[in-house]
Amino acid sequence: MFVFDTIKHRLKRGCETMAYPKGPPPPLPDRHGGALRVDGAKCPVGCNECVPVCPTQAIAHPAGRGIALDLGRCLFCAACVEACPHGAITQTGDHRMAARRREDLVLGEPGAETVRLAAALDGKLRRLFGRSLRLRVVSAGGCGAAEADLNVLGTVGWDIGRFGIQFVASPRHADGLVITGPVSQSMELALRKTWEAMPEPKIVIAVGACAISGGPFAGNPEVMNGAEAVVPVDLFIPGWPPHPLTILDGLLRLLGRVEGTRFPAQDHEPRN
Amino acid sequence: MSRSSSFAPLANSTCIPWAEVPEWPLAELVRETSADLERGARLCAWLGVPEGAGTRLVAVIAFDGDNTLAAARSFPAAGAYAALTPAHPQAHMFEREVWEQYGLLPQGHPWLKPVRRSAGAYPASGEFFRVEGREVHEVAVGPVHAGIIEPGHFRFQCSGEEVLHLEIALGYQHRGVERGLAGGPHRATMSQMEAVAGDTTIGHATAYASVMEALAGEEAPLRAQWLRLVALELERLANHTGDLGALANDVAFLPAASACGRIRGDFLNLTALLCGNRFGRGLVRPGGCRHDLEPGRLSQLAGRLGAALVEVEQAAEWLWDAASVRARFEGAGTVSPSQAAEIGLVGPAARACGLVRDVRYDHPAGWHRLAQAPVAVWPSGDVFARARVRWLEIQRSGQLLREQLGAAPDGDIRSDPGPNAPDRLAVALVEGWRGEVCHVALTDAAGRFRRYKIVDPSFHNWIGLALAMRGQAVSDFPICNKSFNLSYCGFDL
Repeated sequence: MFVFDTIKHRLKRGCETMAYPKGPPPPLPDRHGGALRVDGAKCPVGCNECVPVCPTQAIAHPAGRGIALDLGRCLFCAACVEACPHGAITQTGDHRMAARRREDLVLGEPGAETVRLAAALDGKLRRLFGRSLRLRVVSAGGCGAAEADLNVLGTVGWDIGRFGIQFVASPRHADGLVITGPVSQSMELALRKTWEAMPEPKIVIAVGACAISGGPFAGNPEVMNGAEAVVPVDLFIPGWPPHPLTILDGLLRLLGRVEGTRFPAQDHEPRN
Repeated sequence: MSRSSSFAPLANSTCIPWAEVPEWPLAELVRETSADLERGARLCAWLGVPEGAGTRLVAVIAFDGDNTLAAARSFPAAGAYAALTPAHPQAHMFEREVWEQYGLLPQGHPWLKPVRRSAGAYPASGEFFRVEGREVHEVAVGPVHAGIIEPGHFRFQCSGEEVLHLEIALGYQHRGVERGLAGGPHRATMSQMEAVAGDTTIGHATAYASVMEALAGEEAPLRAQWLRLVALELERLANHTGDLGALANDVAFLPAASACGRIRGDFLNLTALLCGNRFGRGLVRPGGCRHDLEPGRLSQLAGRLGAALVEVEQAAEWLWDAASVRARFEGAGTVSPSQAAEIGLVGPAARACGLVRDVRYDHPAGWHRLAQAPVAVWPSGDVFARARVRWLEIQRSGQLLREQLGAAPDGDIRSDPGPNAPDRLAVALVEGWRGEVCHVALTDAAGRFRRYKIVDPSFHNWIGLALAMRGQAVSDFPICNKSFNLSYCGFDL
């Protein structure tokens, strides 16, 4: 095969990068369901249908109040949505669910029915990282799924490089640390060393239910129930694993490159 | 073959009463296992079951030619025994594991080290095999690697560029999966099974569901078995396509790399079309499947599958046409057929050494009893062969799906499996995209898990990568590693 053929093939495929965020985002698969909305006010006294079906015990029902669902522990299996007879837990189809504070992922109270989406970095950090963010990814007990969907952001369909975001090989070159997995005891030292090797100022991003809370392995003595046990976390991106679109939205939101809480119209298929 | 074995025979995805599993003194179990392995059997699982002050050893072997599995156990034992590994290297990691977990000492094991931990310390902190010499130097890599990849430690002994020996130390991903399953199933068990190895969600979830159905004595409805086949083959297509792209990337052939990276996503999105999750989470459950392919969704899936298969064919054509790619793939990281058989390789890595070894063909269960693709084999044992087998399997899985999407059985997709039978030993094998996924469950008198053993294909295959690297330039490690593409978390559990 000649070089010419290679170039011809490449040209024939054309530009494969999605229009988002200039255009509308690709839709989530219909059965994904997106972020949950929890109206605790709809919970009648004594109803506990959803509590025992949750595989990660993400739902609590304190006496005298509505339920509280922790989206940071949620595996998005929708068992609670199916179990709820009162429509208190619903799927929104919204891909956006990244938050800056852990408590912003707890849903249910009036005014807190949905995720309080992440605010952008302020002042100096935003000036530093807004157009150039280098990330080092550490998988700490991760199963490879969140890692795979981070890798996807580097493919031509998503092309995360167009935002100035790049995954780098050395912590010395990194502005931010991305953590996946529930943080196994065996990875605690390596994770801490990686974080310490990064120059200040630096940020930490926990990707997926496992890195936020331990996911399905929470409570096993072999894991540390998420990244916060080792390093301070600046951005929590829920999902099991998070859809690439959810991760991208979280990163862009942190950098102040997408804003607002309105859920935009979605009208074309994902390219990747 | 299996008729002369003294083991208790059983079929894939079935169970037998624990009392009917033959029991012998430990030394005799090792002898009997050894004799059967010499007759051509393969070791699928070798596990400890604590009982009283001792530990029983349980061996599960496969007679591939006879489509039969077989099991046997020892009396509770403690202390030392004459190891199986010197005669049958395929047992080497199993014996290390049982020694680490239960302290049964395999005497004569050539390299007895913990598999996942070093006593109270981090993995990889123990002693490594060293080559001495003035020209010899050591290269240590990991646990944290350069890319977005799981952690593990590699220790190379090199003479100049040439690798004399590679030792692989894992355990960084250990999450306590098996230990946590004792007394189960628990509320989180199904989800944990879907995360044993994230890229093999359907493989492990199906093996677990098959074990549960075997213990309950009731198969999943036919339509659910058909859905599982569709999901399993989609998982294979996505991962094999991703691997071809990653191999192209590692030899700097970017057109195929970027095309395959995107087409892999198309296959993942087909799984998401089926169940909402790109990795197939939430689909397979004991008793059936949670989501169906209704007619509209089915035709959408068939259409998009056809388009993705055309695209991957084109991208693969560029790859195979490029002389620069062939020059890098051919003769790199060769494992001989006899080595492959001796160390018990499974999956595409074994088939790339000419071994006809595929659970879907040798031990069909579920819908694979009714629909099969030809086993894809290539003889040369190098990176080229491992890439070639993946490409053959992409074509054959694609063809199998094209046929099967038009042959769906009617009926329910879920049944309610009853309670687990007490005191049973159940075995389920599934040919995941990486090879044989083996789950073994032993229930107690109440039907709870007394012991649950998971053998990911990576458990057999990591040693294959170490052997493939011997005599290679250390700079060829990335393509050799990628050509196996083994799981860290599936091994570490």
